[in-house]
Amino acid sequence: MVIAAAVAFLFLAPVRLEAAVREYTLENGLKVLISEDHKVPLATFEIWYRVGSRYERSGETGLSHLLEHMMFKGTSRYGSKVFSKIIQRNGGTDNAMTTKDYTMYFETMASDRIGLAIDLESDRMANLTIDPKETLSERSVVMEERRMRYEDDPQNSLFENLMATALIAHPYRRPVIGWMSDVASLTREELYDHYKEYYSPNNAFIVIVGDVKADEIMEKIKAAFGLMKRRDIGVTPVTREPGQKGEKRFVLRKEAELPYLMMAFHTPAFPHEDSAALDVLSTILSGGKSSRLYRSLVYDRKIALNAGADYSGMYIDPFFFFVWGTPAPGKDAAELEKGLSEEIGMIKDTPPSEKEVQKAKNQIEASFIFGQDSLYMQAMKIGTFEVLGSWKLMGTYLEGIRKVTPGDVQRVAKKYLTAENETVGTLIPAKNSQ
Amino acid sequence: MKIVRALVVICIFLTAAGCLLSADADALEVNRTVLPNGLTVLQVERHNLPIVMVTLLVKASPLDEPPDKAGLANLTAELLTEGTGKRSATDISGEIEFIGASLAASADGDYTLVSLSVLKKDIEKGFDILSDIVLNPTFPEMEISRNRELIKGSLRQSEEEPSFVASKAFKKAVYGDLPYGRLVAGSVETLDAIQRKDILKFHSECYRPNNSFLSVVGDLTPDEMNSLLNRFFSGWKPAEVPKRPSLLKAEEKRKTILIDKDLTQANIVIGHEGLRRENPDYYAVSVMNYILGGGGFSSRLMQSVRDEMGLAYDIHSFFAPYKAGGFFEVSVQTKNESAGTVIAEIEKQIERMRKEAVSDQELEDAKAYLTGSFPRRLDTNRKIADFLVLIEFYGLGLDYVDRYPSYITSVTKDDVLRVARKYLGTDDPVMVVVGRQAKMTLKKR
Repeated sequence: MVIAAAVAFLFLAPVRLEAAVREYTLENGLKVLISEDHKVPLATFEIWYRVGSRYERSGETGLSHLLEHMMFKGTSRYGSKVFSKIIQRNGGTDNAMTTKDYTMYFETMASDRIGLAIDLESDRMANLTIDPKETLSERSVVMEERRMRYEDDPQNSLFENLMATALIAHPYRRPVIGWMSDVASLTREELYDHYKEYYSPNNAFIVIVGDVKADEIMEKIKAAFGLMKRRDIGVTPVTREPGQKGEKRFVLRKEAELPYLMMAFHTPAFPHEDSAALDVLSTILSGGKSSRLYRSLVYDRKIALNAGADYSGMYIDPFFFFVWGTPAPGKDAAELEKGLSEEIGMIKDTPPSEKEVQKAKNQIEASFIFGQDSLYMQAMKIGTFEVLGSWKLMGTYLEGIRKVTPGDVQRVAKKYLTAENETVGTLIPAKNSQ
Repeated sequence: MKIVRALVVICIFLTAAGCLLSADADALEVNRTVLPNGLTVLQVERHNLPIVMVTLLVKASPLDEPPDKAGLANLTAELLTEGTGKRSATDISGEIEFIGASLAASADGDYTLVSLSVLKKDIEKGFDILSDIVLNPTFPEMEISRNRELIKGSLRQSEEEPSFVASKAFKKAVYGDLPYGRLVAGSVETLDAIQRKDILKFHSECYRPNNSFLSVVGDLTPDEMNSLLNRFFSGWKPAEVPKRPSLLKAEEKRKTILIDKDLTQANIVIGHEGLRRENPDYYAVSVMNYILGGGGFSSRLMQSVRDEMGLAYDIHSFFAPYKAGGFFEVSVQTKNESAGTVIAEIEKQIERMRKEAVSDQELEDAKAYLTGSFPRRLDTNRKIADFLVLIEFYGLGLDYVDRYPSYITSVTKDDVLRVARKYLGTDDPVMVVVGRQAKMTLKKR
């Protein structure tokens, strides 16, 4: 899904693509990307801040995410949760997400009301309150969120452990939501400093997709955001991950019904020259019921209940190629791991067929086109590429995919899917006494 | 996908629930035809993207299966893509995936949906395979046993999810032995009881053109579509179809179900029987539920339990409007220690809803949202395709799109109070709590 989200316009040649997005930059450094799409009388407004858990320090993990929550808790103009109420009263929907690299807020509503989103977003970029009492209450909310997503979810717990094991130094090793003890102690002051440090026009960009006229909407954006001051953004030192020199493995024992296995292999991030071949590789391994892992491990050999692979390349810094699966009842994690390794070995030994590679390319290209059905998905794609440097990389991405050969797929499998580059985590069900 | 869930942290859930169906303020131009074999076809032309979205709704669900073979509708749906007269399971997935399309079938409480998403240039291939899997599936023994085992395995894995455990126990308690009280996937025992002949019979009885609705939305002219229907669906033979129950009434009993698991949170579901989709009170209930717990941050439950008390990440209430009888539920997760406090607050909010009229502002906000969010419910070809078959299934009429706003705007404060008293907090609520019971102090009622 990370891959799907990274993919956008497709059969429409890069020419149409370049023309589709209009780019503006205000004097204060705020960039605005607009794609007019008049098929429905709606528009999606997104504002992306270049801050996420990648920029956090030890002891304050979860800060970006808690700040995202506080962005809904009122400004000097509006009280807590008034933001969402206004949007909903106007038939819209709003939400936000925090990732390792960015924090994104969006509103989708009738295009003739999108000015409301512009006003409200500009207000909370500048005038957030962060009330001390509200902070305490929202901290508890995030702790509940953490319990739900991690503490009580064995597979997500395994994933959290996998990140902290596979990476020893880079901040990607920390969960976006933060470690429980950090979340429990985050203060109003830390949140406010974080807000002041990163929430400025020159550290953000806006994406609008929908039934709007670019010139008209730009006037509104200038009026709302134009007077805000540019601020110096300090360069956050991000520790570089030293290379891995040998296989790592760990076991997580937790109440669960079935074992679960995840492998992570260090890989470079897009737009590295190997990215496209890694994407095609993951689609060959895991793109549907005709893919190799399903056909072999689930269908033919019945070792796995499910199995998959994913190249997560849409990150600022190098991340991972993941391979995972659940053993079929009665099979154990070791058998599944052997099966997964055999499949990886096969593609390292023999390049995939031309037809297999073509199928993967067709799947990736088609998902670009289907993604255009939704305004929100279009905006997400533009923003995802912009975080990595420029929305124009969308064209580069597709060109890259089209050029991949069977030999490239074999080469990247051999280069990255190696034992010394691998971390394996296994969930072993532990039935606690009731 | 697991990975994405783990990497991205979403802040809010807007569960504007209770309005499964609502419509577009801008009228849809729907071309509706009934083929000689009885298949109802709904088409909307949209040439802005080279794609076509197709949805086939078949009246085939747990309502049509014997209780001792629960899971039959779901297993049949899963097996459609696992072999036909001229294609093996491998051929089907291989051909569909080679053209970057997707084709899947799944059963739900009231119906089975088969959906195809395909690029315009591959539309013939798409229709060919869609028709093949619906008309000519062979249900090979080998595929039956393989799929049966996969479903059993995923049922077992689902037991890891506290919300699944709670919801399963809740539906069983509300509906008893009625079809809506079972898992659509069935259970290990009932799955083992299903034989190939049951599947063949089920398919032959339910999968009929006069028991189905087909929607086609996207880059296709009526002429192009008619030619495809002619080639691929005119040979589908009508037959007499099974009669379905129009109303299922559960014998409710006041029940508290406490399930002990080693969890940090209590997963709480409170509720009871609700109302059918066809009930004329559906619209007043939509407004009422938006105010109570369906309206995201605008709802009372979210405001009190999350925003003021800080005791949950998400809390919402929901009326599931099934064809033959719905249910109402409030669900929430909170740390074990807070379970009692949160339950008391839910009861208080339900009681308040039943006792006092809502404020003018609340009423106006709810109506403004429900009517104003129409266009978003129909903002992609996929959503329109799925919407059209449901309009037909619930008999709402193609002008439903135009009528919906007036259904909502005519709701009064008195209506809201009346439906709250009628449909909320009966004397027999069911409560399920999954979590570490020793850390809560809940009493069986």
